Amino acid sequence: MATTEASNLKKLQVRRFKPEENPEKHYLNQETGIWAWMTTVDHKKIGLMYLASIAFFFFIGGVLALLLRTELLTPAQTFIDADVYNQVFTLHGAIMIFFFLVPSVPAALGNFILPLQLGAKDVAFPRLNLASFYIYVAGALFTLYAIFTGGVDTGWTFYTPYSATTGGNVMMMTFGIFILGFSSILTGVNFITTIHKLRAPGLTWNKLPLNMWGLYATSIIQILATPVLAITLLLLTMERALGIGIFDPNMGGDPVLYQHFFWFYSHPAVYIMIVPGFGIISEVISTFSRKIIFGYWAIALSSLAIAFIGFLVWGHHMFTAGQSSLANMVFSFLTFLVGIPTGIKIFNWLATMYKGSIDMKTPMLYAMIFLFLFTIGGFTGIMLGALAVDIHLHDTYYVVAHFHYVMMGGMVMAFLAGLHYWWPKMFGKMYSEYWAKITAAILFVGFNMTFLPQFVMGSQGMPRRYFNYIDQFQGFHQFSTYGSYVIGVAFVMMFIYLMHSLLRGERAKANPWGSRALEWQVSSPAPLHNFDHTPVIINGPYDYHKPMSEFQLGIAGSHHNGHGHHHDEAASVAETKQEKA
Amino acid sequence: MNRLTEYMLPPARSVTAENTDALFHFINVTSIILLLGITVAILLFSWKYRRRSEDDVTPVISHNNKLEITWSVIPLILVMIVFGWGFSGYMDLRTAPSDAYEIKVIGKSWLWEFHYETGNVSVNELHVPVDRPVKLVMRSDDVLHSFYVPDYRVKMDVLPNRYTSLWFQATETGESIVFCTEYCGTAHSNMLATVFVHSQEDFETWLETAGSADDDMDPVERGEQLVTQYACATCHSSDGRSLSGPTFQGLWMSERTMVDGEVVIADENYIRESILEPNVRITEGYDPVMPSFAGSLNDRQIDAIIEYIKTLQ
Repeated sequence: MATTEASNLKKLQVRRFKPEENPEKHYLNQETGIWAWMTTVDHKKIGLMYLASIAFFFFIGGVLALLLRTELLTPAQTFIDADVYNQVFTLHGAIMIFFFLVPSVPAALGNFILPLQLGAKDVAFPRLNLASFYIYVAGALFTLYAIFTGGVDTGWTFYTPYSATTGGNVMMMTFGIFILGFSSILTGVNFITTIHKLRAPGLTWNKLPLNMWGLYATSIIQILATPVLAITLLLLTMERALGIGIFDPNMGGDPVLYQHFFWFYSHPAVYIMIVPGFGIISEVISTFSRKIIFGYWAIALSSLAIAFIGFLVWGHHMFTAGQSSLANMVFSFLTFLVGIPTGIKIFNWLATMYKGSIDMKTPMLYAMIFLFLFTIGGFTGIMLGALAVDIHLHDTYYVVAHFHYVMMGGMVMAFLAGLHYWWPKMFGKMYSEYWAKITAAILFVGFNMTFLPQFVMGSQGMPRRYFNYIDQFQGFHQFSTYGSYVIGVAFVMMFIYLMHSLLRGERAKANPWGSRALEWQVSSPAPLHNFDHTPVIINGPYDYHKPMSEFQLGIAGSHHNGHGHHHDEAASVAETKQEKA
Repeated sequence: MNRLTEYMLPPARSVTAENTDALFHFINVTSIILLLGITVAILLFSWKYRRRSEDDVTPVISHNNKLEITWSVIPLILVMIVFGWGFSGYMDLRTAPSDAYEIKVIGKSWLWEFHYETGNVSVNELHVPVDRPVKLVMRSDDVLHSFYVPDYRVKMDVLPNRYTSLWFQATETGESIVFCTEYCGTAHSNMLATVFVHSQEDFETWLETAGSADDDMDPVERGEQLVTQYACATCHSSDGRSLSGPTFQGLWMSERTMVDGEVVIADENYIRESILEPNVRITEGYDPVMPSFAGSLNDRQIDAIIEYIKTLQ
């Protein structure tokens, strides 16, 4: 038995708990059956249910995107008419943002991984967590109903007065998103509470995995920003249903007020989408470089800085909307400030790789793709933050390309890095590295084919949300469309090899990547209650210079299953005594 | 690199475009240099520090404050340059010279109407003199629109409840395209106009002749011309196709069913009312999206349009 000091400065009797390989019992084969899943309060199962839901919505949104790109093959009508086109781009945007991007990392991957990384058995409010999922489902059903009853053609931004006057089921759609917001808020509350209260002994704030810092910053934004969206959509509904003039000038309202409201949520929302991605990238780069993260505090605090400054830059969506020049100046200035912490992260990740032991497995490959594409997204953001240039580029395809480089090149690549990274822990199966890497390469090529030409045509003046366009842009549009088909092929391949992994995949080891992170110190798939012991943390999550045994400690005597062979390991921790937490 | 950014931009045809383009170029070049650096680092590290054995030992480099400060301060300086440059360029764009020639612009779904000091009105054609600052004072009749001329690097949203403005000074005669860049519904992408830049003399000639010469034309021909000129054809076909509005073909003296069930005959008064107060009676199956042309079309022009519609049986 070894002795160590935990955060409360108590001495704890600890010993090593080696994760069991090929466990007979795990969370997937216990409490099975439809009813057990639907009423589960297990954060891992809820995470998987979210994962299935967002995969479904990503598929729908992706098909819509392919329809849009196909229509844009020719300058005039190709196969759908203008009204249908307008509805399709509205749905593509609304579905991808509200039903895929916002819940993708926090709700799906975050739910699965957060308690595991904290050494907790579940989130702080497991039932609330399940309620959040059902609120998400309810919001999704309302929105799907609005889609099938048809006709929402406002763009995902629902700008007034157009959205107040157009036909179509705008109210049902906004109501769906209104409901969805509560899911986001409750998840945020749950995560913050869990991070504050349920950390394992010894897991002090300076040992918190950077993924936790990312989710923590995200949760703060979710709680503070989402209510504003709810208020905005409620006001919009009041205007449409009750004829109360708030945004519609015909009734004495102000359409620019709507834009302020909308972007006060929606700009922080892009940080809801990207900040948890930063967390994943930190985990993946450190794990596959097998090296301590460079600039832990720089990365952790820059996430919080982005979360904070991100609240103050919404006006940069309105440089041409008619707000005052002074407001434009302030928003432009703050926009550049938010670029700095983002740059700091990129440099810290690169420095982490320096002199590392880099294993270019699929998650790492996606992290590298993320670095490249997100950097382009960042630089083009600087371009759009520059006032004089933004006047030219605003509402053109340049913005479309920038947004997709940040959201798809950044966020989706980070999500895929996380998905491939935690896949073995989720399902206890490995996927084919060969096919996964080929798919990543195809995706990378397809992505750049699709969105690089959009920078050029945007600079040349091609406006966004155009059903018809002038002939000079046809070459770019066609190339872009072919690129989108390549992306489509890549996702089909991904679906196939992941399904193959689920059905026939090789069994995963508890810690296939040799990571020091806590979630890898339990068996794969994870046990039903995560840890049968109370884990004790004495090292930082990226301390690759310390032996693996020091990362598998738990309070001695709390092990109920009593696998005899574990006791043999106790001696190897003896040297770690008297660590200052 | 110079040629790359030049390729990316449309021709520069206003006095302010040059500054915008220079900043665009500066950001592109700086970004590409930094991106290359980052890409080289990614590739180099991935190769040079690739895992050689499972027992690789990595050095403990937890942080380096000098480095952190370096890569915070240098980008900070760069973005502050970009900020100052962008802001000063923006102030130039916002500050119209006091001697600017003023034209009123009205955005309607889905056309642009231009009202000149002399009382002339043109639709989807903006006529301006070269080498003289022009200030557009703009408003919308319905939803948001945005007035964008890529060649001039200017753009401003057009709002229903207030005036917005922009100015430019064209540096060469010729034509430039105008786009609507704020999504405004079905025919958003057809809400185009053309800027015609004339020499001062030609511009004055145009002001004198425009809108008057064709009063002598045959009413049917005149009507056909007006239907194109005032962008009626964006929503109303003359060949039976149903666009955002009902077709003109077979409209004359037909029985129309309104959304409230009322049945009316499409006679002169109905057509006149539909042009001046389009939302009083809405034909079944269509949305109330047509803007009013009161003040844009005079009585003789409306007569001509009616004469033209009569011929489309």
